[in-house]
Amino acid sequence: MEKNKRKGAVLFSEYKRGDGIKNAIKKSREDILFEIRESKLKGRGGAGFPTATKWMMVAAANSEEKYIICNADEGEPGTFKDRVLLLEYPELVFDGMVIAAFVIGAKKGIIYLRGEYEYMKKSLEDYLDTMKKDNLLGNDILGKKGFNFEIAIRMGSGAYVCGEETALIESLEGNRGEARNRPPFPVTTGYLGHPTTVNNVETLATIPHIVTKGVEWFKKHGTDKSTGSKLFSVSGDCEKPGVYELPWGTKISELLDLVGAKNTKAVQVGGASGTCIPKSQFERTLAYEDAATGGSIIIFNENRDMLHVLKNYMEFFVEESCGQCTPCRIGNVKLLEGVKMIEKGDYTFSYINQLKNLGRSMQVASKCGLGQSSPNSFISILENFKEEIFNGNGGHNGK
Amino acid sequence: MKKEILERYPPKDRSNLIALLQEVQEVYGYLPKDDLRAIAEYLNLPLSSVYDVATFYNQFRLTPLGKNVIRVCRGAVCHVKNSANLLIALENELGIKAGQTTRDKNFTLETVACIGACDIAPVININEEYYGRAVNKEIPKILAKYMQEEISKNKIKKFNGIENQTA
Repeated sequence: MEKNKRKGAVLFSEYKRGDGIKNAIKKSREDILFEIRESKLKGRGGAGFPTATKWMMVAAANSEEKYIICNADEGEPGTFKDRVLLLEYPELVFDGMVIAAFVIGAKKGIIYLRGEYEYMKKSLEDYLDTMKKDNLLGNDILGKKGFNFEIAIRMGSGAYVCGEETALIESLEGNRGEARNRPPFPVTTGYLGHPTTVNNVETLATIPHIVTKGVEWFKKHGTDKSTGSKLFSVSGDCEKPGVYELPWGTKISELLDLVGAKNTKAVQVGGASGTCIPKSQFERTLAYEDAATGGSIIIFNENRDMLHVLKNYMEFFVEESCGQCTPCRIGNVKLLEGVKMIEKGDYTFSYINQLKNLGRSMQVASKCGLGQSSPNSFISILENFKEEIFNGNGGHNGK
Repeated sequence: MKKEILERYPPKDRSNLIALLQEVQEVYGYLPKDDLRAIAEYLNLPLSSVYDVATFYNQFRLTPLGKNVIRVCRGAVCHVKNSANLLIALENELGIKAGQTTRDKNFTLETVACIGACDIAPVININEEYYGRAVNKEIPKILAKYMQEEISKNKIKKFNGIENQTA
């Protein structure tokens, strides 16, 4: 899809480079924070933490050095929206970062770009250079005395867990990408011990629109609890895969019609760590309060073997678990073994139920989001597709 | 070890470790042992810490790569679109398994968790090129492109060699 063909109410709406920054520096920091709080903008990476709360804590922190980090370590299987934003709409992402820096008082920003996106680095660097030339970056930005800000690009190295904010910070500091204990949270003790806000690419890209077009305009889109719109990376069995901007609250069935999906059996919402939604639940809505997602939508048609899909997810988590905490390191291996047992038909239901309980323990006991969410698809696929999985392969059913 | 690379970063500052490793790998295609030592010394870290980081991330490797690196995406979407078959076809065509390098050092075959191009799944990435919606029967054709380049380059080299000798 070409840029000029993209249509969307919020993110893909008209925006002129630098406008957001111009508007922001006319206002006071408190006003912008108030606006963002009123807009009820939540983090677009998947966790859905209110952006204003995060920024307020960093803004309130008493420190000379503060950081804004843009999390572009887009590693969730089935997600590619950040790729589109960074390649086609860098003005939104970087203007968003500058506004964030203005609000929280950061002098340095870092964009943590995933290793697989190295081919973008050159074009992003060129873009940052033109921003410097136009005084959208550098010293006294747009004539605002004392507002200095610069952005550095740092490359990730192919670790899924580094999308977790504390693991990302560890990686930036030159360590293994292992999640930290929380508290302390990055907002008080982040990169090199300084107050840091880590925001998703899409969250930052939304900010300039809110600042220029106002809160009321933004809140017109979406639902009461999930305001605005969301980018969905749609892939799998459909005619028109790609990135779509839709308001929060869109029904899954509506999205399927839009992308030309036929004979759909299941939709994986939220990537490998999300939930698998069967046909009977297609009237559910995509929103923080219902089926929440960081944007990944994978469509499976009638011909797909869900157990086969689940095995791929579990292999992924076994590979990507950083190995630091036991529930995630051992748990994912056990769940994968369970999938293989079902595949062979060599299982008992009592053991499968034990594994589901193990999954629930992992959700509670794991240290970071990876282990907490990796059992989601194991539990949801085995629950929602039990007929297909447990009757189809002639296993020792009922034992 | 190229001194310039080290000198671009401040000494004894651990936060640049990953960037340094990335630059060294860019030059050699892998991380030679001596370079890891040099980095450790420069950043004032024990070698074990450098090794620790270098082996944690998928991107770093401690053995040399082939000239062309083939990455097969094994993400969920590519998986349901039969990337496993692509991988098998590539393995057969090249006579190696994923993670290995051909004997002539021309190809390395790797799998990657998700390349982030799910809209054109299944995806194969060779060096800088992306081949979307790939099918098995295209594989020999795609590979031929890289083999021929290799052969033609060799020919030019040989040709130049002869020329130099006569001159």
